[in-house]
Amino acid sequence: MAEEATRTAKKLFVFAIAMFGFGYAMVPLYDVLCDVTGLNGKTGEISQTAVETGYVDMERLVMVQFDTNVNTALPWNFKATEYTMKVHPGEIAEAVFVVENNSDKDIVGQAVPSVAPSQASLFFNKTECFCFTQQVLAPYERKEMIVRFVVDSELPETIKTMTLSYTFFKALDSDAVVSDTSPAKAIDTKS
Amino acid sequence: MSYAAVHDDEHHDHKPTGIGRWLFSTNHKDIGTMYLVFALIMFFIGGAMAMVIRAELFQPGLQYVDPQFFNSMTTVHALVMIFGAVMPAGVGLANWMIPMMVGAPDMAMPRMNNMSFWILPFAFTLLLSTFFMQGGAPAGGWTMYPPLVLQLGDGLPFLIFAVHFLGLSSIMGAINIIATVFNMRAPGMTFMRLPLFVWTWIITAFLLIAAMPVLAGGVTMLLTDKFFGTAFFDAAGGGDPVMFQHVFWFFGHPEVYILVLPSFGIISQIIPTFARKPLFGYASMVYATASIAFLSFFVWAHHMFTVGMPLAGELFFMYATMAIAVPTGVKVFNWTATMWKGSMTFETPMLFAIGVLFMFTLGGFTGLMMGITPVDFQYHDTYFIVAHFHYVLVPGIVFGIISGVYYWLPKWTGHMYDETLGKWHFWTSTISVNILFFPMHFLGLAGMPRRIPDYNTQFTDWNQIISIGGFAFGLSQLLLVWVVIKCVRGGEKATDQVWEGAHGLEFTLSSPPPFHSFTTPPEVTDATAHS
Repeated sequence: MAEEATRTAKKLFVFAIAMFGFGYAMVPLYDVLCDVTGLNGKTGEISQTAVETGYVDMERLVMVQFDTNVNTALPWNFKATEYTMKVHPGEIAEAVFVVENNSDKDIVGQAVPSVAPSQASLFFNKTECFCFTQQVLAPYERKEMIVRFVVDSELPETIKTMTLSYTFFKALDSDAVVSDTSPAKAIDTKS
Repeated sequence: MSYAAVHDDEHHDHKPTGIGRWLFSTNHKDIGTMYLVFALIMFFIGGAMAMVIRAELFQPGLQYVDPQFFNSMTTVHALVMIFGAVMPAGVGLANWMIPMMVGAPDMAMPRMNNMSFWILPFAFTLLLSTFFMQGGAPAGGWTMYPPLVLQLGDGLPFLIFAVHFLGLSSIMGAINIIATVFNMRAPGMTFMRLPLFVWTWIITAFLLIAAMPVLAGGVTMLLTDKFFGTAFFDAAGGGDPVMFQHVFWFFGHPEVYILVLPSFGIISQIIPTFARKPLFGYASMVYATASIAFLSFFVWAHHMFTVGMPLAGELFFMYATMAIAVPTGVKVFNWTATMWKGSMTFETPMLFAIGVLFMFTLGGFTGLMMGITPVDFQYHDTYFIVAHFHYVLVPGIVFGIISGVYYWLPKWTGHMYDETLGKWHFWTSTISVNILFFPMHFLGLAGMPRRIPDYNTQFTDWNQIISIGGFAFGLSQLLLVWVVIKCVRGGEKATDQVWEGAHGLEFTLSSPPPFHSFTTPPEVTDATAHS
């Protein structure tokens, strides 16, 4: 009887450890779920050729609003040159953003995008974005950055306005990166 | 090894003496007692924090404590009450009763049992020591949402390790309970003859083993985010703070059933005893409990309706939440049907059990209200939610535990408790708990936010009434201590059966039971199984 109880206990311990692992597995699962459903405003990435061959809906115009934020830990200014833009679904559009380092130090920043409403985020695809890479700014440097994007022509008719919002954060490894990269250049990371 | 130890003592009811009896105890009754005493002490520590909160909220403006300390009070009050009072009390009752109810000599793993208890004082020393640290005690809410929780000072690793230890303790306790019930039932004690308290505890134990490790994982991610450069919840590194809420509530919602199911089990023992009728719908009770536990893993995001979810997600979690009302309704109707046409008497345990039935159901209804996504946007983070979860936690769960204590106290001590004092305890508690929590619904609907030390002046009247109810409820609990001490010291001798309508193996033992009971397993038949 005692051995049976020990066996039950061992199985249950394994189950508990597996559930600990499941807690960690929720991280990639959550990312996958967000990509699939557009939950959390995650946007898609699309290649230039796929866009050029796509259908453009000249009948419709969609308003895209640009929203810019800077995390308090980052001493930068960040603005869109135009706050809104009207685009035809399927056509390639380009928005320009200006970022400026207000400090006397090299700093690495990372922009994180989000699209609202979340139903629209599935139909918002970028071919080029400054958020794909980390950005390094020298002291008081000012830089123009572009986003090239396409609103999918499959976008539901009910969505007439969408907001693309960016928040610039100080990269977690900013200090380390700055000390062993010079001169300033963009560093490839995942979007 | 435990069996050998039990066997050695079989013919003489020998108890170890001195402090060693408690420190090195492998006896389920002693460990159960330690759990219950520990829970009572934590109940008063957490209660003292609630008194600070109610004193500060007696008037608008800041009176006694600064806002940071006020927020520490709400945060640590929750952690202490959930992990220090309610869960250990439940495990303590399980330790005492489950071996006697299934006819086992002790728990399956007595040394692990000792360890899972003794981890608790260490865990709470870690947690409560944060009050004396740079940056103070945790003040970002018991839900520990990042990034706010990461702004805590030196106390953060102590908070996280305390949660780890608490998780470890309850997982070991849960494994022990399952191993005991699965392997050590007396001959004839089939699963469908188990008393319902045992059933609810098996299901609770499975919930614990499934949910607590996820919390441990979540807080470990907080730890590595803060100290080791990971970015699970930090947007700057590609993480997402909302994901913590998913991880937390994946644990957090099963946790509320971990808290409440043992209480359901207790009143399922008590109501048949004092209605002098078998429990109505035994099998449906078992299935309903299992359904509640299963569904509890699919409703977590109803804590997060306002976080910004797609419509499909809001609808899914709304309907899943509503679905839990069905098995819960089955249980409520079964308890009511058990009392129907019974020869009822109203001793203190029965009064508390009926209190659970009424007031838990009330708290359940407000839960349903908040399960409706669109209206939850109004209730979210107001006093309405505070009213809801305190109704299910205090008159729903704490009353359940207290009813269990009154019900089994004569069995444990061999003496009847003072019935007059017990009734006073019930009526003062019930009246004050409603003065305390009912007006919170009104404040919440009127827009008073939770976790704020100050409020608009139009909320003053209800807050003063609530505070008076709070102080009265706190004082009423001293009666419980008085009753328990008085009962331990002496009183009218209790019979073996204790209550006229009581059934079950624990009532075939003497009162108090021998230090080692059922060293020879009893034979269980339909006649001696649950009534």
